[in-house]
Amino acid sequence: MYRLVERRRLWFLISLLGILPGILFILWNLSLTGGLLPLSIDYTGGTQWEMRFEQPVAPTELGGVFVEAGFTDTKAFHVDDDRTVQVKFKNIDMAQKEVIEQAIVDRFGAFDERLYRSIGPAIGAEVSQAALLAVIAASVLILAYIALAFREVSHPFRYGVAAIAALVHDVLITVSFLSIMNLVAGWELDALFLTATLTVIGFSVNDTIVIFDRIRENLRRHRGEPLATVANRSIIETAQRSIATQVTALLVLAAILFFGGSTLRIFMATLIVGLISGTYSSIFTATPLVVAWEEGSLFSRARKPVRAREQTAAA
Amino acid sequence: MRNQYIYVAIILCLFAGSLFVALPLDHPAWLEEGLAPGVDTQRDIRDLTLGLDLKGGTQVLLEAEISEDQPLPEDALNSAKIIVEQRVNGLGLAEPTVQLQGERRMIVELPGVKNPDQAIETIRSTGQLEFVDLGGFPVRPDDFINTTNRPNAVADLQESIAAGEAAPQSIPYPEEAFETIMTGDILQAVVATQDEFTFWQIQFDLKSESSGDFFTYTRDNIGEVLAIILDGRVLSTPVINAAINDNGVITGDFSQEEAESLAIQMRYGALPVPLEVVDVRTIGASLGQDSIDRSLQAGIVGGALVLLFMVLLYRLPGILATVALAIYVTLNLAMYKLLPVTLTLPGIAGFILSIGMAVDANILIFERMKEELRSGRSLRLAVETGFSRAWPAIRDGNLSTLISCAVLYWFGNNFGASVVKGFAITLSVGVLLSMFTAVFVTRTFMRSFLSQQGEKLLGSRGLLGY
Repeated sequence: MYRLVERRRLWFLISLLGILPGILFILWNLSLTGGLLPLSIDYTGGTQWEMRFEQPVAPTELGGVFVEAGFTDTKAFHVDDDRTVQVKFKNIDMAQKEVIEQAIVDRFGAFDERLYRSIGPAIGAEVSQAALLAVIAASVLILAYIALAFREVSHPFRYGVAAIAALVHDVLITVSFLSIMNLVAGWELDALFLTATLTVIGFSVNDTIVIFDRIRENLRRHRGEPLATVANRSIIETAQRSIATQVTALLVLAAILFFGGSTLRIFMATLIVGLISGTYSSIFTATPLVVAWEEGSLFSRARKPVRAREQTAAA
Repeated sequence: MRNQYIYVAIILCLFAGSLFVALPLDHPAWLEEGLAPGVDTQRDIRDLTLGLDLKGGTQVLLEAEISEDQPLPEDALNSAKIIVEQRVNGLGLAEPTVQLQGERRMIVELPGVKNPDQAIETIRSTGQLEFVDLGGFPVRPDDFINTTNRPNAVADLQESIAAGEAAPQSIPYPEEAFETIMTGDILQAVVATQDEFTFWQIQFDLKSESSGDFFTYTRDNIGEVLAIILDGRVLSTPVINAAINDNGVITGDFSQEEAESLAIQMRYGALPVPLEVVDVRTIGASLGQDSIDRSLQAGIVGGALVLLFMVLLYRLPGILATVALAIYVTLNLAMYKLLPVTLTLPGIAGFILSIGMAVDANILIFERMKEELRSGRSLRLAVETGFSRAWPAIRDGNLSTLISCAVLYWFGNNFGASVVKGFAITLSVGVLLSMFTAVFVTRTFMRSFLSQQGEKLLGSRGLLGY
């Protein structure tokens, strides 16, 4: 039998390495800007403008037009190809837009307005508030759901906490991913990132429940076996399912990532990272946590193997 | 086992029915009306409803521009909506919409608009009401004319029409400029009321400082038409019956709706409250078309990969699951038309993701089935156990996704996050339908296949892939 849950120190170390960049980034960002993560205009308000020109245009030159007009913190970058440039800057009114549009046409020629988005700061603040509420509501509902799903286990609280630890792990991993991509490619936390994260939470809990479900079943079937062995057995038995599910989900997500265009790129990449993390955490975070807790070695180093009989006795 | 054939027949009927709805065919009238009693009776269910991010267009959120603590005058927003609707209809777009959102906001959707900035300015502009002497020329409501106050109204309009930025209008006298007697400033109040015979009429009061001029003009022109014009467009052509001093009525064959609409337009030639643009979202038609092409590509590639994977890994059950998946996709498309669901780009992503989820249920079942076979159970028992043992996990898993979707749907109701809503809707519709196809449809197929070919299958591990 494979010794999976016994190597938990290694698994926890890997998780820690995955989470660390995100935490460091948050601290760095906090000291730099006072915010936790770089937010997109969905939350802060602002303007996003995508133009496709007849010939290649350098983002820095186009951005220069905006800087000259007084929008000093303008960001400009290519999307899809070198003729298409996206610009992000502060709020703008119709008259200002017309002036800048004229300046751009004069310098770079006519363009096709692919996308224009301008969100007032008040709307951004409302969305931020709603996002916070959504995260709280999702946490409360998922907690209630876990409590319901594990009401028949001997220590439902421990299983519940382990499942929640796993999904917090997944959220932190997606934050880490966003942090790294922010440094590499300037990605920001937008409304769809939040969507991806909440979807990942749903999937992650699902994965954890499948394994815990099997542990519950095997505890009855293999009485007398140490919990660690039962847990290992359950992981192996559900592994093929986990991998198959993961592969099918990844196949469709990768298809959208590669063919779906730039609008959905952050969304899909976050979902992919989150789903992989969700499967990892259900096997290597949630399950070892439950075993460690039941063995009493979570907080101390003393090991006391727990037998399955004691587990089911209380059930 | 006869039951199985009834189930198969039901499934096939359902498949044929949903395929008929999903395909872009002409559907009989009872289906269009009976199954889709939507808000919009003109809706055509031949096509899927596409969101602005796919067909291109502009969405604007307008907010009443008065301070937060000050209450809006009663009905001001409703009146503003009627005026905005009229201006939007003048833009010549296919299916524009105006919706109130909350207490002080309204969402305007302008599909396929060519010059969004100008369109928004037109919507927010303060209109001008005029009383015009037609000099005996016959004019009908909705005709466009020049007035001495706005001598270029027709020329400007013709230019916009030529540029495709306005709908064609009836312009009976492009060369004439009719005399403006007075503008809308003279009106104190305008209301739609009923007379003693319950006929609808429009009653108006004049401001005291203007009543003298109005009295003189009406006294000298009894029997003549005094046209009421808003931004060059004829609203009404009442005949002066008597000299009007402080107040008067316009009578005619009005319905309640017509009378109220006319009263609102006379009252607020200008909008009752100034409207501020708080959020604009424009997607160019080219980006929309790109998105459609790309998601189609992504859907085909993703779907094909999943099918290949299923058939390679699970062999015969995989093929049956593939057939169930085809039914699943058709059911989804039919649902989108019947509900109706407006498809957006994240919505399509949700749908494609739900294909992965639908397969997940089958994977849980088939893995369980293989395990049971390996532990030496008979084929029939293994199939039944596979389905019954996998069910709790499928149910729990889908439930957790539905919980996430519910929260996302609520979050997406915020205007700024409305892209999220489409994802939540298609994903939850997908999850609900997948429980039906992955469990009921696949199981029925497996059972009826077993009752036919079960004995032959027992010896062939290759077909079952364990």
